Amino acid sequence: MTDTVTGLSVRRAVALTIDGEQVSVAEGSTILDACRSMGKEVPTLCYGDTITPKNACRVCMVEVTGSRVLVPSCSRKVEAGMEVVTRSERVDHSRRMVLELLGSSVDLSLTRNVARWNAEYGAQPDRHGPAAQPGSGRDDAVTGHHEPADGTVASNVHQPVKVDNELYVRDYSKCILCYQCVDACGEQWQNTFAIAVAGRGFDARISTEFDVSLPDSACVYCGNCIQVCPTGALMFSSEHAMRADGTWREEDQSQVTTVCPYCGVGCSLTLHVQDNEIVKVTSPSDHSVTHGNLCIKGRFGFQHVQNRGEPRD
Amino acid sequence: MVGLATVFGAGGGTSSYSEVEQTDLIVMWGSNARAAHPIFFHHVLKGVRNGAKLYVVDPRRSETAQWADLWLGLDVGTDIALSNTIAREIIHAGLANRGFIERATSNYEAYAASVEEWTLERGSAVTGVPAGAIRELAHAFATAPTAQLCWTLGITEHHNGVDNVLSLINLALLCGHVGRPNAGLNPLRGQNNVQGGGDMGALPNRLPGFQDVEDDAARAKFDAAWGSVIPSRNGRNLTQMFEAMSEGSLTGLFVVGENPAQSEADVSHAVHLLESLDHLVVQDIFLTKTAELADVVLPGSASWCEAEGTVTNSERRVQRVRKAIDPPGGARDDIAIIVELARAMGHDWPNRSSEDVWNELRSLSPMHRGMTYARLEELGGIQWPCYSEDALEPTFLHGRLWAERPEDRGRLAPFSVVVDEPPVESCTPEFPLRLTTGRRLDSYNTGVQSGGFSSPLRFGETVDVSPEDAASLGVADGEVVRIASPRGAVTAPVRVDPALRPGLVFMTMHFPDEVNTNLLTIDAVDPKSGTAEFKAAAVRIERLEAAVAGD
Repeated sequence: MTDTVTGLSVRRAVALTIDGEQVSVAEGSTILDACRSMGKEVPTLCYGDTITPKNACRVCMVEVTGSRVLVPSCSRKVEAGMEVVTRSERVDHSRRMVLELLGSSVDLSLTRNVARWNAEYGAQPDRHGPAAQPGSGRDDAVTGHHEPADGTVASNVHQPVKVDNELYVRDYSKCILCYQCVDACGEQWQNTFAIAVAGRGFDARISTEFDVSLPDSACVYCGNCIQVCPTGALMFSSEHAMRADGTWREEDQSQVTTVCPYCGVGCSLTLHVQDNEIVKVTSPSDHSVTHGNLCIKGRFGFQHVQNRGEPRD
Repeated sequence: MVGLATVFGAGGGTSSYSEVEQTDLIVMWGSNARAAHPIFFHHVLKGVRNGAKLYVVDPRRSETAQWADLWLGLDVGTDIALSNTIAREIIHAGLANRGFIERATSNYEAYAASVEEWTLERGSAVTGVPAGAIRELAHAFATAPTAQLCWTLGITEHHNGVDNVLSLINLALLCGHVGRPNAGLNPLRGQNNVQGGGDMGALPNRLPGFQDVEDDAARAKFDAAWGSVIPSRNGRNLTQMFEAMSEGSLTGLFVVGENPAQSEADVSHAVHLLESLDHLVVQDIFLTKTAELADVVLPGSASWCEAEGTVTNSERRVQRVRKAIDPPGGARDDIAIIVELARAMGHDWPNRSSEDVWNELRSLSPMHRGMTYARLEELGGIQWPCYSEDALEPTFLHGRLWAERPEDRGRLAPFSVVVDEPPVESCTPEFPLRLTTGRRLDSYNTGVQSGGFSSPLRFGETVDVSPEDAASLGVADGEVVRIASPRGAVTAPVRVDPALRPGLVFMTMHFPDEVNTNLLTIDAVDPKSGTAEFKAAAVRIERLEAAVAGD
């Protein structure tokens, strides 16, 4: 509903019960929104606040009274009188399974909170055996052709990092197929459609058309895929190089939000600074101008300020 | 801004980005926002996905035009002919918003009479756009419940850029597409603070808060606050400064953060004038080509990441810029430089923070009064006007025009009689091709900033040519050719681009060190805005072997 005088939207409140507590949130909110408004943590992996939920990872499942199956809290809208349970043996078992299966097949070392959730839910990704050797053939996999696993190692998606341009790298060993990069590149924000999901089942992967390199693809280097990537699979080249050198110190970095120096749209840039150097640029996902999105200039065009050396007298 | 200020009294776009997502119809006129304003175009695409029709008016079938329901590929410089034709069609079809016209506008009868000669047939013949396409845009625009009309430098970088803007404003007035939610006029500003610079009075006819220099009451307020007497007449715009340099009446220049030695049209003439100054001071973060000509260079700090302050965007949103890194040794904060200069001139100015300066501005500019630093922080920026610390105004301007009571409507918005004038330089047998200039996605202006990063998309300067012209000239993709205008010549590789129509060639100004496109452009200037006609020069293209053989 839109107020015709101010142009502002007006939303009604909806009352529901979560873990026995009454809570009231705006109409259209999700169960996850309601939980967060109460300060209640629900784990999420594929969820991002600028992308329509894809319900891919199934780690945010909760019980809703009257529902035969668990429901994904990131996408399910609240209803008046709804009764939600966020922790139960059934919920915890489901989350434990998701954390173990993803954790055994994908490198989640840069995914926030996973170590803590593994402990909290008793997930043991290692119990599926040691990781299989990285393969290089995932991009060539043909649907339906699989050798049966012998059970001695954990099948996984580990593979070499794709480095094919100077701005960002793609490390699909870390990809949980949350689809957020595809949706950010596609119809939800950028509308460039440089990437999509290729393959099926365990061979499913994010790919450019025919797996061409980024410079040969439709990519316009907006980096809006990097912005939404929850696992560090998509990463600034500067961050990737610093991590490889052991010089990436996130705890020593400051984040300052300013405005892009290029065109007149006025996009908010959050500059990640380490040792007086800009090492990465993001944008606040809750800002009405960008919703977390930038173009190549805003995302990568910062280097001129740090390449100019000492001014002449 | 001159056009909007003339009609509505406020020099800013009338809508907000969020309204572009909710509108029923979007016209992008002389704007390749997909490449030049990519995140604004995200809002356009949201609108399109919400069901809005998109019409693109551009000589090129640009990346923006490729998203359009209908592309109107007009000849360069025929915008007023097209606009007047659309207007006549709307009027004759009985689709004009008579209620709004009678309630909120003036000078309609003269305007309607002035467009009467612009039949679809004549408009089509002058603009090169099929009559059916003109008719379709006219009817769609007039019948849409709400519409947004957006433009950029394709409208303003002409010798009659202000008239071009006025002609678009006429269309919005004709249909009542202004002053309501989701209906309005959006000029997309080319640089990150060009709106704020004007709002802060960095114009020769404005005081801070966009207040008129020649308004005695406004000036008196500043005289009192500053303990000084402000000259009562408008100053010179950039173009008039160059004219004054040419006449010898302006002999000293202080350039802050601009690179006219590469960005001016007919740039060799501009460099000559800069070289002939008695004294040139340049304050910049780089040793630009202009700075290389200077007697004194003041190393400044990068305003967007090495200093505190505010900038204002194309939806009138004032936002904070913040210091994230220290400037290199020797570079200083811009405020500190100005204070030191004042002291050197014998005025004991105190050291001021950016917030001190901002609060002084708030005390003198009613439309910024409610924008404290704390509120700007809390709200992610605030759109002007913001008169009070306790309230926000609607996201769109000029709602007053729809007020029931005449006394609430304020000054009526006048229609402007605007006359179609072709570009100053016509194509001739000697210079048969029309050169227009613009930006590419990964680059910016003269490349001083965007040259700092390595873009996989960048392929350097080219002269983009239609497949038809490439065939008739006998030039191949990638072949280096000579491009000549009456003012100069450059060489560049050909890029065959099917987005161009025969007779039209395109270049950027991003790589002046390699290909100085502005040697070709014409410095014909709009007397009302001071903007040069970067969008329309006449050129010819020669194969290098032919040129050598001819010499």
